[in-house]
Amino acid sequence: MPITINGQSVAVPTDPRVSLLDLLREHLHLSGTKKGCNQGACGACTVLADGERILSCLALAVQFEGRSVLSIEGITDDGALHPLQQAFIEHDGYQCGYCTPGQICSAIGMASEIERGVPSAVTADLASDSIDLTHEELRERMSGNLCRCGAHNGIVDAISETYASRTGASRPAVAEIAE
Amino acid sequence: MTPFDYARAGDTAAAVRMGSVAGARYLGGGTNLVDLMRENIEQPASLVDVTGLGSAIEERADGTVWIGAAARNTAIAGHAAIRRRYPALSRAILAGASGQIRNMATLGGNLLQRTRCTYFYDDAARCNKREPGSGCDAIDGFNRIHAILGASVACVATHPSDMCVALAALDAVVHLEGSAGARTLPFDALHRLPGGRPDRDTELQPGELVTGIELPSLAFAARSTYRKVRDRSSYAFALVSVAAALDVGGDGTVRDVRIALGGVAHKPWRAHIAEQSLRGQPATEASFRAAAAAELADAAPLTHNAFKPELARRTIVAVLSGLTETPMKEMAP
Ligand SMILES: Cc1cc2nc3c(=O)[nH]c(=O)nc-3n(C[C@H](O)[C@H](O)[C@H](O)COP(=O)(O)OP(=O)(O)OC[C@H]3O[C@@H](n4cnc5c(N)ncnc54)[C@H](O)[C@@H]3O)c2cc1C
Ligand code: FES
Ligand code: FES
Repeated sequence: MPITINGQSVAVPTDPRVSLLDLLREHLHLSGTKKGCNQGACGACTVLADGERILSCLALAVQFEGRSVLSIEGITDDGALHPLQQAFIEHDGYQCGYCTPGQICSAIGMASEIERGVPSAVTADLASDSIDLTHEELRERMSGNLCRCGAHNGIVDAISETYASRTGASRPAVAEIAE
Repeated sequence: MTPFDYARAGDTAAAVRMGSVAGARYLGGGTNLVDLMRENIEQPASLVDVTGLGSAIEERADGTVWIGAAARNTAIAGHAAIRRRYPALSRAILAGASGQIRNMATLGGNLLQRTRCTYFYDDAARCNKREPGSGCDAIDGFNRIHAILGASVACVATHPSDMCVALAALDAVVHLEGSAGARTLPFDALHRLPGGRPDRDTELQPGELVTGIELPSLAFAARSTYRKVRDRSSYAFALVSVAAALDVGGDGTVRDVRIALGGVAHKPWRAHIAEQSLRGQPATEASFRAAAAAELADAAPLTHNAFKPELARRTIVAVLSGLTETPMKEMAP
């Protein structure tokens, strides 16, 4: 059985050592997904597997046989910008851009976790099934994506604007984001 | 990475058969094993992918909860029964790693993950865990993250898991399957102290597979929590952590209590001494302080972690005080 990557059927590599990240970048030349640390510590390699955010550097490609993977190249299918990409541009959510594909894939996965009611370390009431996307929740949930340029404030602003309406949380005040 | 064979196990029997072959290792999410293989610290001849085996999380009629070994960390932390009945377990999982890693990591892999001792990861350093008999460069090295309880002259590594600290406190039961059949272990008997054999992290026999864990029906675990102290507020391993559940009677005395510590030993450290000293005592800060002091009386800090015993004492007191004061349904870390 092949792996579906951005809607295309891709043969599983014969060498089981090939990581999902190397399959994307080296075999398929989908270089949007970045290799930051190659050891799970930075989030630059984040992709979506069946809608869930994962680290492609710690994933062996063979483990994804029969599954569907989306990388940054596949998050929209009409070539237009995803609302998050547009928001990153408007809010200066990047400087060098190296962490950006991972940040955006991670944010898409995070939003669906919130919709499913998955709590985080800062969720005060674990018994509640609905979660507000507060500034604090967002920082905690995105902590697996480092940005060496320090664009975090713009990143948080872009994500909270994109998803504010969906989760019913109000947009954090400018003063709160600047802290 | 050295070459290896890869196969997916269709059922437990097939997994155990393939996993009992010399050089074989089970593969969960791969978040620890793939990293160690890339560093050539682990060099298995074959990987048996067990992520297709049981991942169910079920509340059973007798009040226990079953969690299959292939359940992902996110699924466990987010499960309604775990959130409501065992908040310490949800909080411990959510305090660990990142959203991406928790989506990949399995219960079985979390239990069997290896130490984050930097000398274990550095194949130019001496490490009795990696290479028995070679020595330990951590004992006289940079040992800020290392053990203060139960260590040996051979090894001062700590067990890195947050989830396991909560499971130790909750008296979980580990279910195993091996070529000699099925058996169970109390959680506290799964991981080992290093002694002269730090290369052995657990009491598992070669090829033995974790199939799942069972959480006992422990009503007062609804009043439980987990607190982790670390160098940055997220995405960092624990310096010290505490999982605790507290049952206070109407007269203000401690009816029952469970406490386990992370970041202090080669295994999740069940604080039996503190628990014993608290039962029947008033649930006051003074009792909590005395219990914490008794538990850490034998702490033996190293050159760079002299702060740990006091940090552990204060964290125990803070967690127990918080559990005493907070109404059951509003507990936060
Ligand atoms: C950057 C980073 C930060 C992290 N931070 C934290 C943290 O703060 N707190 C924390 O607790 N953890 C942390 N982790 C560790 C993470 O929780 C573990 O890597 C993860 O839980 C391992 O699960 P896995 O399924 O990926 O295991 P794998 O990597 O697949 O396997 C780990 C080990 O378990 C064995 N194994 C797997 N399944 C079974 C089974 N069913 N029976 C027997 N043996 C089995 C494997 O053979 C292997 O030896 C971090 C990891 C990374 C990379
Ligand atoms: S490249 Fe995967 S986490 Fe850094
Ligand atoms: S924009 Fe440069 S690393 Fe984030």
